[in-house]
Amino acid sequence: MNNPPDVTQDPKEYEEYAHGVHMHVKRYIMVGVTLLAFTLITVALSYVNFGTRKANIGVAMLVATFKAGLVAAIFMHLAAEKRLIYRVLVFTGFFVLGLFWLTFLAWYNPVVR
Amino acid sequence: MEIPYTISTRPDTGLWNAKIGIWLFLASEVMLFGGLFSAYVFLRLDAQPGEWPHGLLNVPVGTMNTAILIMSSVTVVLAWAALKMRRYRAYWWYMLATILCGIIFLFVKLYYEWPQKFNHFGAFIKPEAREKYEPYLGNHRQEEKGLEPRIEITGHLENREALHDANIKEYEIAVDPVFADPNNPANDRPHFLYVPPTDKVVKVDKEDVERIDSFGPWHSAYFASYFTITGLHGAHVLGGVLVFLYMWLPVSKKIYQRNPEHLANRVEVSGLFWHFVDLVWIFVFPLFYLL
Repeated sequence: MNNPPDVTQDPKEYEEYAHGVHMHVKRYIMVGVTLLAFTLITVALSYVNFGTRKANIGVAMLVATFKAGLVAAIFMHLAAEKRLIYRVLVFTGFFVLGLFWLTFLAWYNPVVR
Repeated sequence: MEIPYTISTRPDTGLWNAKIGIWLFLASEVMLFGGLFSAYVFLRLDAQPGEWPHGLLNVPVGTMNTAILIMSSVTVVLAWAALKMRRYRAYWWYMLATILCGIIFLFVKLYYEWPQKFNHFGAFIKPEAREKYEPYLGNHRQEEKGLEPRIEITGHLENREALHDANIKEYEIAVDPVFADPNNPANDRPHFLYVPPTDKVVKVDKEDVERIDSFGPWHSAYFASYFTITGLHGAHVLGGVLVFLYMWLPVSKKIYQRNPEHLANRVEVSGLFWHFVDLVWIFVFPLFYLL
């Protein structure tokens, strides 16, 4: 899962490094193919009746979350990132969940109901 | 004085400036789109039965655009890897492919999907008049089957002048297939392939119509959120394409010749932005096109 390391100036080490990047290229293509396949799966699943519309939305969101996870982990290198970036994202996650929670509160409206 | 850590990493954080900068920016972007998505959830939960349309967008075209965006995400990461391997030529081609993917995506949106919507109309029938249009709405069967009621008749408005001319008493709508054959079980769920309006023209009295609107943002909460979110997303795609264009042009080759890592870093951060735009679309596509 590690990202290619920073480029070294030593030509001998560089050979090895370039090979490492090459290995990553294969992974990126694999992830791309997986994402395309799951796009088709999402479309196909939307024509399957899971009972209720809510169930269909749940299934589609599950697949979308998996795809988004792949993009974030591999393409955006979050599978192995520096600690400071994770810290920023923990705060982001906290606040965005808070935002959705506020929406839920507004919809549920405990004052009126 | 030279700005430190533009290329090399800061020893304590292990990051160079732009990397932390782009992540802070993306954090703010998450909040921006998060706000809009939560508005979507709110509007959708609050929609009355029949008010949230289903199957009005062209699924094959949306699927194709999704695939194009995913492919561009692959090409941009390959462009970055090519720079890391010091293969400028390969980088140049991958970047060109990314830019073309972005342009195709925007072109499909602006010249195909959106204009089609502005020429498609929906006449919302007053609740007390719905019985009169039962042969087109098929609400008896909908109720029997436990499906949401149909509250509007959609299709191509044949007499557009009726929108402004008070002397014309009815709208002539070449209806979408579902209203031509409302009791056909095949119309219970949206079709995968887009089917254009039929040549069956239904005359709808103006006094039976609550309102008539094209499928623009003014049509419904659904289209308002669709145009807001896909519009903002499209603006991001355009922004990404412009940045990539700058990095693809000869001006950026000079940066590469001075220090290849500098260009690689720039491509990495703009690539991070691009992947985020792709990630947003991964949610937009099923929420608006499929569900």
